[in-house]
Amino acid sequence: MGVKVYGIPHSTATLRVLAAIHEKELEYELVPVDLRSGAHKQEPFISINPFGQIPAFEDGDLTLFESRAITKYIAYTNEGKGTSLISKQGKEMANLAVWMEVEAHQFDPVSTKLSWELVYKGFFGMEIDNAVVEENEAKLAKVLDVYEVRLAKSKYLAGDSFTLADLHHLPGFQYLNGTKVKHLFDERPHVSAWCKDILARPAWEKVMALQKQA
Amino acid sequence: MGIKVYGSDYPITPNVMRVLAAVYEKELEFDYVPLDMKSGAHKQMPYLSLNPFGQVPALEDGDIKLFESRAITRYIANEYENKGTQLLTKDTKKMALVEVWVEVEALHFDPVAIKLGWELVYKKIFDMEPDMAVVEENKAKLAKVLDVFEARLTQLKYLAGEAFSLADLNHLPIVHYLMNSQVKQLFEERPNVSAWCKDILSRPSWIKVVTLHEKLKG
Repeated sequence: MGVKVYGIPHSTATLRVLAAIHEKELEYELVPVDLRSGAHKQEPFISINPFGQIPAFEDGDLTLFESRAITKYIAYTNEGKGTSLISKQGKEMANLAVWMEVEAHQFDPVSTKLSWELVYKGFFGMEIDNAVVEENEAKLAKVLDVYEVRLAKSKYLAGDSFTLADLHHLPGFQYLNGTKVKHLFDERPHVSAWCKDILARPAWEKVMALQKQA
Repeated sequence: MGIKVYGSDYPITPNVMRVLAAVYEKELEFDYVPLDMKSGAHKQMPYLSLNPFGQVPALEDGDIKLFESRAITRYIANEYENKGTQLLTKDTKKMALVEVWVEVEALHFDPVAIKLGWELVYKKIFDMEPDMAVVEENKAKLAKVLDVFEARLTQLKYLAGEAFSLADLNHLPIVHYLMNSQVKQLFEERPNVSAWCKDILSRPSWIKVVTLHEKLKG
């Protein structure tokens, strides 16, 4: 019996989990959640995630939520399969821990605000708030300056191998890459090379194909 | 060359306290280096080479340098697995639950609780007026988060199971600050949350953090 992911392939958090599943080449079922009818805020979903958000995850009788907890579980329980996504000791583990937090606390809040304005609002025919875009473009530029320095020192964020620290960025990048803030990535040679590299990973291309089908 | 924790002078910020809690739980020798943040030491070299985002805390352990408090507590929990309190577990399913509640602290509890901490505790220390609209909004949000915690702690002694873990530890600083503020009743009116708070705040390692904090008051 494979694992179950509850979510939709347009949600960045669901995509984060699907990326990990595909890197590990696992059997799984994607169970759609009807957000429009509020299914995520009611039983039975709320028993799996009391915060009423997607994604959620099931492996036998174990249920989990929070995409970055799910990706860690997937990485640690499938160490022998697919891509190694973690490091357990010393400098690489330390860097992995640091850059996973940087993604969650420095990159993601800014990326989410920009995606909301420049991608989602478009879908729903809503007015873009240019003040928010300008403010967050400036913040993103500063964050990417830090990444540029880091990626001059190693190929990936935690070291020489692709890990969860890189993977967690994929959904955010995919969205921002199709917007006017793409130039912030292109203008920074190490960031640019790293983005191109991770977005071209076969596992990510499979996740994108899934999104197109949905 | 031992461990160095870089942080603020009095009052020690919650993110710095999080790291201190972990070093004390693991019974590690360390030097605390309070930065002169009033003069912007954290936004300049040489500190920026430790934390390029110019924030506290940072940690040096030999030639390993780290920033982001939750990365540091994670590193300490892993690197010093065999010392002091067990903060992780080798059981992969139990560890998965630790990871979930580590995320809950970071993404559900902290964003709300830290705003309340800023308005009700920090601003008081610096003689500033709290923004009561922000307080009311975040009190309502915190109540909802604590309802989830109350249900969780009805089944279990700690957030991830029957043992204290990294998930509980990461909550200590802001629980401590808010239990000393006017929103403490949100915690006290939920019996399981209240018992959990009392338990974790009475840990010897946490008492050491508070002692260090008070010492810096001078």
